[in-house]
Amino acid sequence: MSLAQLHHLSKTYALGQLRVPALTNISLQLKPACFTVLSGPSGSGKTTLLNLIAGIDRPDQGNIEIAGQSLQRLSDNALTDFRARHIGYIFQNFNLLPVLSAYENIEYPLRLNKTPPVKRRQRVLELLDAVGLADKASHRPNQLSGGQRQRVAIARALVHQPVLVLADEPTANLDSQTGAQIIALMRELQRVQQTAFVFSSHDPQVIASADHLVLLKDGHLLTPEPIREAV
Amino acid sequence: MIALALRNLWRNQRRSSTTLLAMMIGMLSILLFGGYSRTVYYGLETDFVGRSGHLQLQRKDYFWFGSGDPQGYSLHGYKQLVNDIQQDPVLAPLLRVVTPVLQFGGIAGNFDAGLSKLVIVQGVDVTAQNEMRRWNDYQLAITPELHSMNPAAGNEAEIGIGVARMLQLCAQLDVPDCPQPQLSAIDPNTQTLAADIAALAAGQLPSEPATPAKSGAQLELLAASTGGAPNVNRLQINRAVTTGAKELDEVYLAMQLAQAQQLLYGESEERVTALQIQLYHSADLEVARTRLQELISNRWPEQPLEVHDFRTLNPAFGQITGMFAAIFGFITILISAIVLFTVGNTMSMAVLERTVEIGTLRTLGLRRSGIRRLFISEGLLLGLTGALLGTALALLFAALINQAGFTWLPPGNSNPVPITIRLWGEHQMLLGIGLTVVLVATVSAWWPARRAAQQDVVDALRYV
Repeated sequence: MSLAQLHHLSKTYALGQLRVPALTNISLQLKPACFTVLSGPSGSGKTTLLNLIAGIDRPDQGNIEIAGQSLQRLSDNALTDFRARHIGYIFQNFNLLPVLSAYENIEYPLRLNKTPPVKRRQRVLELLDAVGLADKASHRPNQLSGGQRQRVAIARALVHQPVLVLADEPTANLDSQTGAQIIALMRELQRVQQTAFVFSSHDPQVIASADHLVLLKDGHLLTPEPIREAV
Repeated sequence: MIALALRNLWRNQRRSSTTLLAMMIGMLSILLFGGYSRTVYYGLETDFVGRSGHLQLQRKDYFWFGSGDPQGYSLHGYKQLVNDIQQDPVLAPLLRVVTPVLQFGGIAGNFDAGLSKLVIVQGVDVTAQNEMRRWNDYQLAITPELHSMNPAAGNEAEIGIGVARMLQLCAQLDVPDCPQPQLSAIDPNTQTLAADIAALAAGQLPSEPATPAKSGAQLELLAASTGGAPNVNRLQINRAVTTGAKELDEVYLAMQLAQAQQLLYGESEERVTALQIQLYHSADLEVARTRLQELISNRWPEQPLEVHDFRTLNPAFGQITGMFAAIFGFITILISAIVLFTVGNTMSMAVLERTVEIGTLRTLGLRRSGIRRLFISEGLLLGLTGALLGTALALLFAALINQAGFTWLPPGNSNPVPITIRLWGEHQMLLGIGLTVVLVATVSAWWPARRAAQQDVVDALRYV
C-alpha cells in the first residue's frame, strides 16, 4: 500500500524565451511511515519534485495522489487546505516567522486548522519537549541558533500530525554535527509519530539514514523504483 | 491575524513611525481646519440667531416684496399671534423669545447740518431683542452686543456708523476713524427745509416729554404714514454701531417698536412686519417650523402667513458655511490622497520585503484570502493608530490655540470673535474624519495585499 502515487509527472520552466524541462515523466510510489530521500546533483529536479508533492506547484502533465486524494482536481483553496491538514514542510532556511516566538511558530499550523486552544497548547508543549526546546518557547527565531531554528521548523511541520512531511535540504545550512542531530531527531519523531518523511538532499548523512533512496538526474528518475528498501 | 499584523507593523519601526507621522499630520490638518470651521459655523449661527431669531413669521411674500410695501405686507393682530405661539403646547417648551419687529424705509435727517439719508428702520422691543442677543447655545467665548436704548425712553435710537458719517454725527457719537467731507454740499435752501421739518416734528410730538440733555446726537426721521402722508419723529441717537457690512452701516437705524409704530400708524391699528422666534436649541428648529405651519393653516387662516428660518433670511450664512465646507472637503481629499499613497507605499515595501514569508505562509496552508486579510489588517491597524494619535494631537493643538486668545473679524460680524478650534465634543466630526482616514489606509493596503496574495508560492519561496 502506498501513501502517495506520482504518475508520469512532467514540469517545464520558462527561462526567458527558453523552456527548461525540470522533470520528465516521473512515476513513483511513496510508502507510509518511511524515510524517503530524493537525491541527485544540483538541477536534477529534487526540489521541483518536492514542491509538486507538497502541492505548492502543479505539474504540466501527470497526476499526484496523496492519501487517496488527487491533487490535480483540487482548486487553489482546496489544495491550500489540503496542505494545512495533511502536509508538513521543512525548509532549508527554516523559514520561521520572525515576529512569532518558537511556541507561536509551532502553534501556527494548528491555528490554521482551527484546533481548539487547549488541545493546541497541549500539542505545542509536547512538540517543544520532543525537539528539546521546552525552555526556549518564548524565544524569537533571531534568539535561536541554526540548529534550534531547524528544530522549531521540524516541530512546526509535525504539530498537526500530517500524513507526509517534506523537507527541502534540511541540513544544508547546518554544520555536520548539528545536521546529524537533526537527522536523528527527525528519524526519532518519524518513528514515534509514524509519519512519512520525504527529503530532497545530497547530504551523505541524510542519504545514509534513508529507508528509500530515489535518484534523479536532469529531471529523470534514474531507477524506476527506490533503489534501497527499508531494512 | 490582528496580533500578527500588529507585530509585523512593529517590525520596521522607522517606516511605520514615518507613515504614522504623515497620517497624524494629515489628521491634525483636517481636524484643526474642521474645528475652526465649526467655530465659524456656530459663531455665524449665534450671530444671526441672536439678531433675527431662528424663525420669523411674516405675511406671505413679505420676504420678496415687503421692503417695498411694509404696510401692505404687515401682520395684523400680532399680539394675538404672539400669545398663540407662547401658549401653544408644542411650541411653548421650545421657545426662548418671541418678539415683534417693524421694518420700513425712511429718511433720517440732520437738518441742522442740512443733511439727510435714506435709512432702513428696525422698530424693536429692546428688552426682548437684548434677550435674544444673549442666546449662546454653543457656549462660545463671545460677548453679545446689546442695544443701548433705554426701553423707558421712547425716543432713543441707534444708527449705523455709515449713517453717522453721512449725517456728520461722528463727533457727537464718538465714532472713531470717521472721515469728514472736503467740500460742503449744503444747499442754501436746506435751512428753510430744516425749519419746516422741525415744525412738523414739533407738531407730531406734542405729548413727547422733553428729553433731558445728554450726550449723543439728535436726528429727525421722516417716514410715510399709513395714509401716505409724511410723518416725522425726532430721535435721540445713543450711539453708532457697526453691523459688519458697510452697505448696512449706511442704512441701519434701530428704534423702539412703540415709537416706530406711532410714526407709521399713528392712532390706527398697530402692526409689525415680522415676529422673530428664538428657540432654546437650533436642533428644535424643524419641529417648531412644522408646528408653526400647522398653526398658519389651522389657527390663523384669516391672513396669509409664512415662516422662514434664519438661513433663508440670511443668505450669507449659507454662502460662508458653504465656502468653509468646500475648503474642508478639498483639504480632506488632499490629505486622504497623501495618506493613500503613503500607506500604499509602506505596504508595498512590506510585501516586497516579506515575499519569502508570504511563500512560507502559503506553504503552511494559509489561503490567498488569508494573505490578503493579513496585509489589509496591517493597513487597517496603521489607519486606526494614525487616526487615534492624530485625533489626540489635534485635541492637544486645539487646546493650545484656544488658550492663545487670538481673535478675528468674520464676514458679516460686527465684533471680533476669538479664534477657537472646536473639537472637544464634536464627536460626529471626529468620528467621521477618523473613519475616513482608517478607510483610506485600509483601501490603500488593498492593492499591495492583492499583489501579495496572487504571488506564486514557489516564486515567493525562491525570492532573494
